[in-house]
Amino acid sequence: MRHLILEIEESLRIAFMQVRIHKTRAALTALGVIIGIVAVTLMGTAINSIDKGIDKSLDMLGSENFYVEQWPWKDVGDDWWKYRGRPEFKVKNAELFNEILEEQSNSTISMAVPQVKFWIDISYKSRQLTSIESYGTTSEYAFASNNEIEKGRFFTKQEDLSGNNVVVLGYDVAENLFPNEDAIGKTVRFNQRANYRVIGVFKRQGSFLGMFSMDSLMVMPHKAMRKIYNGNRWNSILIKMKTGANKDMAQDETVGIMRRVRGLMPEEENDFEVNRSESVGEQLDTMKNSVALAGLFITGLSLFVGAIGIMNITFVSVKERTREIGTRRALGATRRSILIQFLTEAVFICMIGGVVGLIFTTLIVFVVKGAMPFLPIAMKESLFLIAAAVSIATGIISGFAPAWTASKLDPAEALRHD
Amino acid sequence: MIMDTKGIPVIDIQGVKKIYDLGETKVEALRGVDLQIYQNEYLAIMGPSGSGKSTLMNMLGCLDTPTVGHYNFKGENVFEMEDNDLARIRNREIGFVFQSFNLLPRANTVRNVELPLVYAGMSRDERLEKAEQACIKVGLKERLDHKPNELSGGQRQRVAIARALVNNPAIILADEPTGNLDSKTGEEIMALFEDLHKAGNTIILVTHEEDIAEHAHRIVRIFDGRVAHDERNPSPRKAVRHEPEGELAGV
Repeated sequence: MRHLILEIEESLRIAFMQVRIHKTRAALTALGVIIGIVAVTLMGTAINSIDKGIDKSLDMLGSENFYVEQWPWKDVGDDWWKYRGRPEFKVKNAELFNEILEEQSNSTISMAVPQVKFWIDISYKSRQLTSIESYGTTSEYAFASNNEIEKGRFFTKQEDLSGNNVVVLGYDVAENLFPNEDAIGKTVRFNQRANYRVIGVFKRQGSFLGMFSMDSLMVMPHKAMRKIYNGNRWNSILIKMKTGANKDMAQDETVGIMRRVRGLMPEEENDFEVNRSESVGEQLDTMKNSVALAGLFITGLSLFVGAIGIMNITFVSVKERTREIGTRRALGATRRSILIQFLTEAVFICMIGGVVGLIFTTLIVFVVKGAMPFLPIAMKESLFLIAAAVSIATGIISGFAPAWTASKLDPAEALRHD
Repeated sequence: MIMDTKGIPVIDIQGVKKIYDLGETKVEALRGVDLQIYQNEYLAIMGPSGSGKSTLMNMLGCLDTPTVGHYNFKGENVFEMEDNDLARIRNREIGFVFQSFNLLPRANTVRNVELPLVYAGMSRDERLEKAEQACIKVGLKERLDHKPNELSGGQRQRVAIARALVNNPAIILADEPTGNLDSKTGEEIMALFEDLHKAGNTIILVTHEEDIAEHAHRIVRIFDGRVAHDERNPSPRKAVRHEPEGELAGV
């Protein structure tokens, strides 16, 4: 064991010397590994960031929320007509849902909130934003959704019931409409006519790959909304379950109550869909997996090329230093010593490549983060360990064949080599 | 320094044959060699190229094993040895001196000299101490920190000799040690060998130069894979000394 440590120590010294002598060669060789490690760590960061993004998106939707809708959150394919033919959701459905809910004992559901969704132009003085996603809802929305208020307040039950012309803006909407002033108390216009007062602004949520941005919407009492919009095409019911309740049970209960709301016979199929935030997660997971698969391929390819480069250069090194190998053998080096020596050199170069690669990745992540702060990019600490393991493994795998050749050289012949 | 009883040879070779199998043909480089080398001998092995001299040298240096025959090194049967045991014998018992020095070009004198000790598994401090002692013995006290390209040919060969001495080997095996040196420097190196011999070392010179061989006390001539002559040299030539450099000079 002591012997082995001494040999590795000696090998490291030789490796260090070799790198110093052949700086350019070492740099070019390490380049392959650098690219490989950058690929590995960037890919790891990308996947990690997607994960974080998914979590964030799910948080926005609320992990304790269901969305009862006409359409499922998935590709419907050939069933399009079936879903298209389902009845629309009216605010009355949600009210009925809540009435039934009140009769239930031991319910897992806390409340149902209607969401009337539509798109409308909003303007303030000469500034106008077109097709802003808007929700008409009840005052309970403040408790059911995960949108928190940054400035001002949400509308009250009273404002809700009397249909006051008030509106709460998403962060981006407020930013764009009131770039230099406070939005609270200002009067905005919808479709150039109705005047509504801004009473609150939601906290910034951030967006992920352009999906589920809660920052670019606005919310108002559904009665107030009826003054400017009359459809029910995109409506839904937001169901909030009780904290700590079993999610599957809550979903089953939601389905049961909804069937009563819709007055469905036992043999009739559901004419609604209960969507959970996980179903979004599943879709995002497939995206993540394809990124991971592509990443694995690119990473594997670049590491493979890097490994070939190292193998090649180690073979050259063995050839060039045949006489040295002979001399070392004559002075008492065993085959194992020679094997360790060349393996160490290959691993050493790979580790240099690994370190440089990590530095590059850190820089890239730093720059991207600086340029696009809204992306949830994060480098995990475990990536450093993975990078170290990958570079050492690359060194061992690529260095083994040449090191083995070196160790098998006949000492007498190696000494005769010019 | 080994204290063998005079009767037991350090190296005992009997009926050694070496046959190289080149596929179609077989080349018999050694055709039955008997040779005994005793403690503190100063021996020259001579022979033209192709005589089997190099093969014999590789055999003596445990770089190669015989195809047929007996080889005992200090009582150990080399013939049956595995690669690791051969490496151990080379490391502990044989000090190699090469015609072209074979030093590590980027390493300084001490680093070069300590190399066999690394493979012997010695700690760094011990290695440095022993390497320095060996360097002082061959007159390199002032050159410990120099790299080979900062040294003259003679000094380089001294580094190689220090490296050969550092492990206190049973034999020093020198292959054309003056072959790459001018005659004056060659004489200096021969003087050093003379001193080492006087200090009790066993020295085997492999050479094709009569001048060099005449320094030895016994001359073995190889011809056609056999020992053609094996004679004492009644009047070994004394090396011409210019200035004594090492600790051993003038012993």
